[in-house]
Formats: sequence, structure tokens, C-alpha cells
Amino acid sequence: MALLEIDKLEVYYGSINALKGISFNVERGEIIALIGANGAGKTTTLHTITGLLPAKKGSIKLDGHDITKAPAHRIVSMGMAHVPEGRRVFAQLTVYENLMLGAYTRKDKDEIAATLENVYYRFPRLKERLKQTAGTLSGGEQQMLAMGRALMSKPSIILMDEPSMGLSPLYVSEIFDIIQEINKAGTTVLLVEQNAKKALSIANRAYVLETGNIVLAGDASELMNNEQVKKAYLGE
Amino acid sequence: MSFISYLVSGLSLGSIYALIALGYTMVYGIAKMLNFAHGDIIMVGGYAAFLAMSASWCPIWLAMIISVTVCTVLGVVIEKVAYRPLRSAPPLAVLITAIGVSYLLQNIALLTQSATPKTFKSIAAGAPPFLLVFEGKAPLFFTKLSDSPYGGESPVLTISMETFLAIVVSLVIMAALTLFINKTKAGKAMLACSEDRGAAQLMGINVNATISMTFAIGSALAAVAAMLMCSAYPLLSPTTGSMPGIKAFVAAVFGGIGSIPGAMIGGVLLGVIEQLSKAYISSQLSDAIVFLVLIVVLIIRPTGIMGKKISEKV
Repeated sequence: MALLEIDKLEVYYGSINALKGISFNVERGEIIALIGANGAGKTTTLHTITGLLPAKKGSIKLDGHDITKAPAHRIVSMGMAHVPEGRRVFAQLTVYENLMLGAYTRKDKDEIAATLENVYYRFPRLKERLKQTAGTLSGGEQQMLAMGRALMSKPSIILMDEPSMGLSPLYVSEIFDIIQEINKAGTTVLLVEQNAKKALSIANRAYVLETGNIVLAGDASELMNNEQVKKAYLGE
Repeated sequence: MSFISYLVSGLSLGSIYALIALGYTMVYGIAKMLNFAHGDIIMVGGYAAFLAMSASWCPIWLAMIISVTVCTVLGVVIEKVAYRPLRSAPPLAVLITAIGVSYLLQNIALLTQSATPKTFKSIAAGAPPFLLVFEGKAPLFFTKLSDSPYGGESPVLTISMETFLAIVVSLVIMAALTLFINKTKAGKAMLACSEDRGAAQLMGINVNATISMTFAIGSALAAVAAMLMCSAYPLLSPTTGSMPGIKAFVAAVFGGIGSIPGAMIGGVLLGVIEQLSKAYISSQLSDAIVFLVLIVVLIIRPTGIMGKKISEKV
């Protein structure tokens, strides 16, 4: 059984059909990339999975449980974290407060402290800035904070929306290295990226979205050499 | 001495405005709406306390609990019935609904309580004044004038128990609220919701529950303000809440809408400005002066005294 199963998912914005019945699976331990142009429906897909947008038809299953109609706040405690596009850290709150909000659904103080140590280990720069308000961090640091905050819920799967957006190339490489590390430590990753080259370089498999449909699917290495993908997304 | 007297009564009135302004500003910060029915919650709180106190068996402390409970429940119910269905509607629709709720509450009060003003019995009825100051003698605390050791001499300054209570109760409540918001998990959830509702949901925060809680707290504060206000200005009518509601709204904008310390500072300043202009300029013009000050402040600092600078980092 796949960890995340999306079946014939349809989503509308008013009368606009944003997702036209997409289906895909994410197996435990994988990094899955969802690539596509602006407006293809990548962010919509993630928002629907985490309950920020309602699905019109189809189903979403997390670890076998149907979460299609579950409210966003409940899905977090079922083991899914979402690093939203544009980071959306709480700019007025401190780095530490942001991280602790990530653990909002958890009760055990000792376990939270252990996860916090783990996040510090992965993002030493955050530890240096605990008392700073998140709004004063650089874009790359905010991305790290958003990722650290998501890890604080101890998710089995983490959804990342455009983690490289607006970052300098140096930060992009660092962020992608960290995504791989997080994955190696046992967290499944569903990655949405416009930077298709980078995404395909770390993913196991990938799906290509075009105007609300999945038009291509396969191993990341295969897609990397696919003529269509090369032309449209890799700029070759 | 008279200046101190005006200043203290300004602080007292301002504390009451601050309590009401907190309700406006918290709801605005978290639900992103102006709850224009907030002033009428004060009126309901006043009537609830008044009706409870008119029952001979009901002690004042119980009347206070009843009033706070009625308002808390009313606030939560209004949010659930009137505002929640409009959560994704345009802001104008919500604003008009709030004005509708305001008129609904006023007219229900008019129907059931009539337009004749009721005389509210002070929650500090029978208590001695907080402070009496006499020319050249030691001041008296918590002593009735009739028990004064200075014979028939009249004091140069009297601070009533109501005035004192309004300041102290408001200070305690504001301190408790500040602690609650900054130190508890529920408080942090409120801050998170006020900044980014979607991101707050992704943390596992139940936004609807948080908004309900905000309405509950704001309405409970309105009930407290109602009792303090009606004790100091004892006439209670169906429109009792309108003017303090608008003034408190001004106070919230003055301090920077959405900011909790801003509402406190704005409320207190507004009360002091109002009382001092009543005393030294003109009692008829005092409201005009209050609004003039608001306009000047907003021209100089459009986000209010404590308002956050609107900046976005991409």
C-alpha cells in the first residue's frame, strides 16, 4: 500500500477546473517530484492534499485512511506536513516560536525537545537565530525555518512547494541537499518544483502536470532524458 | 487638584475603552473583520447584569458571572451563526452583516426592555470611596466621608470606588491577557492565525476554534467593561453600547488596529483626551476633539500608534 494515494482528483476554483482527475501514488521512503509550468496545478494539488482546498471529486488516502474531507488541522496530526510556497513563516514571531508552532499537535514535551535538537542539528543556522523574529531572516534562512517547522510535527510525509523559489544558487543546492538528508532519515517527500532539473536530480520518480492533467510519469532519470521534458522543462 | 481628578477619571474611562477596544482589535487581528456589533454586546452585558441584580436572591458577584457568561455565549453564537458562513465572502458583506447584528441586538433590547433608560445599580454600591484628599491633612483611603475624622470638612479630591475599580480591573485583565497570548499555546495559536490563517492550519491549528475563542474573550471583556461603565455612568438603554463601541473602535484604530498593546494605549489615551477636553475646552466639543485627534494621528501615522509597518518580504 502506498503511503499517499491520489485517485481521480478533481478540483475547481469557482467554475475553473484546476485539476481534471489526476491520479498518482507516493510510496514510503520515496522522493516524488511534481513538475510543470506555472498554472499547471502543482500548488493546487498540494493544497488539496493538505485540506486547504476542497476536492470536488476523487479521493486522497494517507496510509490507507481517506483524508479527502478531513480538515487541514487534523491532517497534520495524521503525519503529513506541508512547507508552503513562499515559506509563509510567521514573520512577527521568533524563530523558536515558529518551530514550536510546528509541534502544535504534539503533546509529549520530551519528544518535542528531541525533535527540536534534531532540527537544530540539521539547520545549525536556525539555532543561532532562535530569538530573532522570522521576518528578519534572509530568504534562504526562512526556507530553512519553514522546513524545520514542518519537521517539528514529526511527519511521515512532507510536502514541499517550490523550496528553491527566489533563492540564490548557493542556497538552492543547500536546500536540495537537506531535502535528500531528510528523506534519508526516513521521511517521504513530495516535491513541487519549477526548477525541474534540480527536482529530477534528487527524485526517485516524477509526474509532469500540464493544465490540470498528468501528461507524463516515470522514473526521474528516465524523464530527465525524455525529449519532451528536455524541451519543455529543462531548457535543452 | 482638579487636574488630577480629571486625569484620574480620564484614566478610568480610558481603561473601559481599552477593554472594549481589545475586543475590536483581537477580532480584527484574527478574523480580519470589524465586528460592529461589539458595542451592543456591552449593552447586552449591562442588561444581563441589571436583570440579574434586580432579582432579590442574586448577589452582585453572581450577577457579574451571569453577565460575563451571557456575553461570552452570545459572542460565540453570533460568530457561528452570522459570521462563519461568510468566512470567504467579500469583507463588505461581513461588515454589513455586523451592522445588521448590531441593529438586531438593539431592537431586541428595545422590544424586551423598552426604550426607557434603567438605572443601573453600581457594582460598588455602598462601598466607600477609594481616596479622599483634604487640604493639608493626611489622605483617607477606603473611608466614607461620614466617617471622616476631619469633621465636616469637604475633600478637595475624591476618587470613587467605581473609578478606582475600572482602572485596577482593567490593568489586571490586560496583564492577564498579555500573559495568556504570549505564554500559552492557545495564545500563540491566536498570534499565528492573525498573521497567516492558512499557514496556521498547516501547523494543525483549528482556525475556527481559535476564532470562536477570540470572540469569547472579546465578548467577556465587553461584559466586564459594561459593568464598570454602567457603575460609573448608571443609565442603561438599548443604545448604551453604541457610543462607547464607536469610541473604542476609534481607540483601536488610534493604537493600531490588530495590535493588543495598541488597543490598551489607544483606549487609555482616548479616555484621557476626552475627559481633559471636557474639563478645559468644552464638554460639547469633547467628542469632536476626540475624533479630530484620531484624524491627525492617522494623517501622521496611518497605521496608528503601535501599528505594524506594512512591509512584505518576497
